[in-house]
Amino acid sequence: MSRYESVLDLIGDTPLLDVSSLSPNRRVQILAKLEGNNPGGSVKDRAAKGMIEEAEKDGSLRPGQVILESSSGNTGAALAMIARVKGYPIKIVLPENVSPERRQLLEVWGAEIINSPGEEGSNGAMRRAQKLAEEHPDWWFTYQYGNPANPKAHYEGTGPEIWRDCPEVTHFVAGLGTAGTLMGVGRFLKERNPQVQVWAVEPPVGEMVDGLKNLDEGFVPPVFSDGGGYELLDRKKIVGPKESIEWTRKLADVGVFAGISSGAAMAGAAKCAAEIDEGVIVVVIADGGWKYLSTNAWTGDLDEVTERARKVIYF
Amino acid sequence: MSVVRVPTVLRAATGGQATVKASGATVGEVFDDLVEQYPSLRPQVLDDDGALHRHLNVFLNDDDIRYIGRLDAKVGDEDTITLMPAVAGGAA
Repeated sequence: MSRYESVLDLIGDTPLLDVSSLSPNRRVQILAKLEGNNPGGSVKDRAAKGMIEEAEKDGSLRPGQVILESSSGNTGAALAMIARVKGYPIKIVLPENVSPERRQLLEVWGAEIINSPGEEGSNGAMRRAQKLAEEHPDWWFTYQYGNPANPKAHYEGTGPEIWRDCPEVTHFVAGLGTAGTLMGVGRFLKERNPQVQVWAVEPPVGEMVDGLKNLDEGFVPPVFSDGGGYELLDRKKIVGPKESIEWTRKLADVGVFAGISSGAAMAGAAKCAAEIDEGVIVVVIADGGWKYLSTNAWTGDLDEVTERARKVIYF
Repeated sequence: MSVVRVPTVLRAATGGQATVKASGATVGEVFDDLVEQYPSLRPQVLDDDGALHRHLNVFLNDDDIRYIGRLDAKVGDEDTITLMPAVAGGAA
């Protein structure tokens, strides 16, 4: 079907593209799930739609109520698009050091942006939003890090789509942020085939984001800890900005214009392919490259671009 | 000797050093050597039962040790161990 009543019906059912020519092991196939094809431009459309519609259903979100969330961009943009369509006012707590396009996109959808200090990163934005939510109990706080509707959207959408299109999958690789994608898809795939391995990819915590007084101020998303993430994951790899950008460029070699966190996920998929003997990897390409053009990730000198990337939040 | 990278939040315990050296054949042994050299690090990285602090991620090269044997993960001489706080979202 290619005729739709609402843009929200365009969310999900994204294509799976064979990018095995980038695999370092010819016995390992790599398939990329192109989430940039969602109407809001990222995988976060799924969680945003799931969280909003779940809250509408259980009555915690009422017509005209203010939606509040902290986001480094993609969740904010997805929520703001849906809020605009459905007529909710929305406020997004955004770290100052996101790429300018992420900010512009929120403005496109009419979100009110509340800045949080760049050196506190997403962690600081989340704390600020939690405080605002306490001060304004009349606002509806989405809280993507702890909202069960986030992984549920992937358990009911992304996971079944992957299983439908690639039942031979042996490894699932995705970036770890709220853990919604990994938990939802990982759980679904393991229920179908317990042999499926789930690998997470994380960016390093930058020095500048490291503004904690002590480790007790750290944070593990409840979506991950309460959802049994430690048991569900099989591996977790850290991928730095240089490698992320290198793999973002390699994705462009096969015509995939992806964001920098997708380069990180692809680097993780390549590490996985190199370590296993044979298999079929499905990797999530979380968003397109549009919001990162200002970083010159594709065309600039690799070391200069990497240095710049250390100062912006791209995950 | 392995290189251990220490995040800002723990550097008071290492006299401000961002990287220190410690030896051991497993991550646990490297930790033992580390907290012997820098005793004030111990209560920050390990809980009372000797398990990892829940907000501390430890990477052996690029692998989170929680999924490769935790403190029993084998360490080679050329390996780098990176201590990293667990926080919401990342930034490079």
